[in-house]
Amino acid sequence: MLELDAEALYGELRQGVKGLWRDGAALVGIWSGGAWLAERLQKDLGLPGGEQGHGVISSTLHRDDFGSRGLAAGTDPTRLPFDIDGRHILLIDDVLYTGRTIRAVVNELFDFGRPASVTLAVLVDRGGRELPVGAAFAAARLVLPAAQRLSLARADGGGFHFSVSPMSPMNEKA
Amino acid sequence: MLFRRNPQLNKHGELIHLLSIEGLPKAVLTQILDTAGTFLSVNDRDVKKVPLLRGKSVFNLFFENSTRTRTTFEIAAKRLSADVINLDIARSSTAKGESLLDTIANLSAMHADMFIVRHAESGAPYLIAQHVAPHVHVVNAGDGRHAHPTQGLLDMYTIRHFKKDFTQITVAIVGDIVHSRVARSDIHALTTLGVPEIRAVGPKTLVTGDLAAMGVRVCHSMEEGIRGADIIIMLRLQNERMSGAMLPSAGEFYKSYGLTPEKLALAKPDCIVMHPGPINRGVEIASEVADGSHSVILPQVTFGIAVRMAVMSTIAGNQA
Repeated sequence: MLELDAEALYGELRQGVKGLWRDGAALVGIWSGGAWLAERLQKDLGLPGGEQGHGVISSTLHRDDFGSRGLAAGTDPTRLPFDIDGRHILLIDDVLYTGRTIRAVVNELFDFGRPASVTLAVLVDRGGRELPVGAAFAAARLVLPAAQRLSLARADGGGFHFSVSPMSPMNEKA
Repeated sequence: MLFRRNPQLNKHGELIHLLSIEGLPKAVLTQILDTAGTFLSVNDRDVKKVPLLRGKSVFNLFFENSTRTRTTFEIAAKRLSADVINLDIARSSTAKGESLLDTIANLSAMHADMFIVRHAESGAPYLIAQHVAPHVHVVNAGDGRHAHPTQGLLDMYTIRHFKKDFTQITVAIVGDIVHSRVARSDIHALTTLGVPEIRAVGPKTLVTGDLAAMGVRVCHSMEEGIRGADIIIMLRLQNERMSGAMLPSAGEFYKSYGLTPEKLALAKPDCIVMHPGPINRGVEIASEVADGSHSVILPQVTFGIAVRMAVMSTIAGNQA
């Protein structure tokens, strides 16, 4: 049984994001796990713009599996409380897998303007890439079988933990 | 072949055509309203277009004229990146005697992926939905007196936007209810979403007692009908009703049922006034009301695009 300490990995991600941070940057979390991480990073690192200064981005409108799976229900829409043009965007996600979500959110991002750069930091890179996408920082790198689904959960108190469940075609998301 | 289940839903209960609000579960309506919220924010982007229907062809089939509805469907389809083909059907093949199903078969051979249908005959969109290939989707843009489901949904979106909660409001629908597909769709939607009091307001010729069977309160007095209402939905007075001797005159109607500032004062102070358009100033609604602070008639038009985007993308993503 795989044991991943999400809180310990979050501590490493926080250090990693500190290292990647530059002037004029903004955090954008990928809905939903990445958005939770960005919200907490924004607060813990005391970043400019206050607690609501981070963005949330959704892959829904640019997913490549729309034709077979339809529109995802219950997704929060993209919310970017700052101008994208010329800004260094630090994308945050919980799990990096096939790279398809990243492709979709980069397209989504460019619908709002032209960022100066886009960098990706994740909690876990689980391998299995299907697109040429890489993370500048990953708190953990491991290879999981395709039959396993790894997702971040947030407790009421705000603490993080990972859950591993069997992958079904309907809940594949990475 | 007759459909054994609701022809709008696939075996998983997902929406594949939008033909009528009647019979759709609350969860389906709520999901469309939620999705519309996402699409409304697309207007705030540099690129006001999303690629969900890229490579798909949407055919606007308006057997009855309607510039506004056709235009908002066209804008919605284009914002979803679809190719839109507008057919001036009233002046083309139908006029030459082609049957409805032959028209559909020919357009299907042109690789149509979605039909947006407006027709004077109730049920025409159902007939089309029964005869298209499994990958083709149909949206009813108004059929006879039967239904106008996207108008119903955009009205629900508007109400939710301004009032948040359906379960605490009183809605008054005023005018020609009997002949109105908008009123019928609104009543079904309001009922499904849990509105406790729906009033149908108008003269006996246009608001008949049998409407009570739909669960609405029939009011022939305007004062009684709009007193304490949170929402007033005014319907267009269709001129053809006047010639049918259903009304003495437009002036008489305005005197009794036209929404004036004096009558509006009977409703709740934060009441909103809706109208599916086109409005007839001085016939069913006073200019001061149509242009006043209670009016949300223009936001309805804007919301209509987002709601139609939500409907088209929802059905296009579900398999028959």
